[in-house]
Amino acid sequence: MIEFFTSNTFQTVLSALNSGFLKTLQLFFITLIGALPLGLIISFGSMSRWIPFRWLGLWMQRRLPPAGESGASPSLSLWQHYLRSVAGFFQLFRPVALVTRLLVWIIRGTPLVLQIIALFYVPGMKDWFNWPSGENGRMLAVCVAFIINYACYFSEIYRGGIQGVPKGQQEAGQVLGMTKVQIFRHVTLLQMIKRIVPPMSNEVITLVKDTSLARVIALQEVIWMGESFMKGNSGIAGLVWPLFFTAVYYLIFSGIVTVLLGQLEKKLSFFE
Amino acid sequence: MAILEVRNIEKHFGATKVLNDISFSLEKGQAIAIIGSSGSGKTTLLRCLNFLEKPDKGTISVGGSVIFDADDPATQRENEVRRKRLHFGMVFQSFNLFPQYTALKNVTLAKELLSQERPDFKEHKKEILEEIQAEGLELLAKMGLSERANHYPRQLSGGQQQRVAIARALALHPDILCFDEPTSALDPELTGEVLRVIRSLAEQKTTMIIVTHEMSFARDVADRIIFMDGGYIVEEGPAHDLIDHPKEERTKQFLSNYSSP
Repeated sequence: MIEFFTSNTFQTVLSALNSGFLKTLQLFFITLIGALPLGLIISFGSMSRWIPFRWLGLWMQRRLPPAGESGASPSLSLWQHYLRSVAGFFQLFRPVALVTRLLVWIIRGTPLVLQIIALFYVPGMKDWFNWPSGENGRMLAVCVAFIINYACYFSEIYRGGIQGVPKGQQEAGQVLGMTKVQIFRHVTLLQMIKRIVPPMSNEVITLVKDTSLARVIALQEVIWMGESFMKGNSGIAGLVWPLFFTAVYYLIFSGIVTVLLGQLEKKLSFFE
Repeated sequence: MAILEVRNIEKHFGATKVLNDISFSLEKGQAIAIIGSSGSGKTTLLRCLNFLEKPDKGTISVGGSVIFDADDPATQRENEVRRKRLHFGMVFQSFNLFPQYTALKNVTLAKELLSQERPDFKEHKKEILEEIQAEGLELLAKMGLSERANHYPRQLSGGQQQRVAIARALALHPDILCFDEPTSALDPELTGEVLRVIRSLAEQKTTMIIVTHEMSFARDVADRIIFMDGGYIVEEGPAHDLIDHPKEERTKQFLSNYSSP
């Protein structure tokens, strides 16, 4: 047994897996650093109450005869009915919220694998632009795909967190003369963080394992490395165990992440 | 001159009219109680005064100057509204304390943030913050909560939380202190401590508007009482007269539900 762990084969496999896992970690942290703030921006977008065409709707409504008025005035024609509903639409139309929610729907509604493949291959096929060649280009493309994908998931968690803070908190801040920014920073933010830590932990632990999807465009992360010893790598071929051995890396890392996030949750338990 | 002058306030939620032609005034040092059944518009009226709702019609004046006029958008600018809110203090039915701060910090937070706008803040930061801190402790002492200053809201009883909320509202020295059913969310045995605090505020001639279901308390503490029903002010008068000798049929009916349990 000891001979196995000291054997050259094991040492070679281990250092290959280590370098693969380093890439896994790189992808993991870059995704978090990019997706955590981007998700917040997307969540604000999906909650946007900006109604830029309200004036147009009101203007149209003023020009149309009022509905439901009987008597001397003739009832509305089909056209006028139609225009009335268009006017109503403009008064409520929130373009930013619509576009961001559409984006979130598409990203969350399609497989991440597909998004990685599309993002990596389609720009080159369509002659839009080319990713840098080699491993760096693959890493870059995968990072972009992961950041967008995870930002969309995070945005929904943020939204839940923000909307989960009772409205009375905001009102208490308002009547005390606080600005919107102050209310967010000093009142809502920490309560929101407390609310999002449990669902966020879930998502982050999923991310640990999802990094393996980068294998689909042959990024040399830990799964790719493990698999390589089946086909042949550094003169070693036909080995199956390295692939399964990668599980140890994921288990240890997700274990660490679980403990750290658990501690954060505990730290925030001083208030309700 | 009246410190508060409310004229012809009207408020709709969609097609429902929740406030109808509400006019009343309040003298400095007076306490006014608003009574009425649920849904009569009492809370909405308080929320209008605090700019948490925007009335559709009418004006609100404080100290003789119009701070809100439904027909004048210039009185509704976001930035000024923030300052105008400071004329009023608000104590909510459900306390709405900030759970992540201690009792003391709940009381001092808003004042600390406001003091940052003072031109001399950078120079005297330390003194200013110490002063706010000391004032906060003093207010909590007044509420009988000196020992609880460093407790978080979840470590306090409902009655204690509401007293912290009162201290928090007082910290900004509002012209008019508003209470929105301050004891409705409390266990019966805890209402006494909160009512005592409000009573002592009344004795110190704090200008107050108290929305309440505690009839005998309203009668004893308030100078005047307004009875609201269906978004209208049905009857208004000196506290004792209105409770003991109501004129309107609707008021009598309402009060009889309270006196004969």
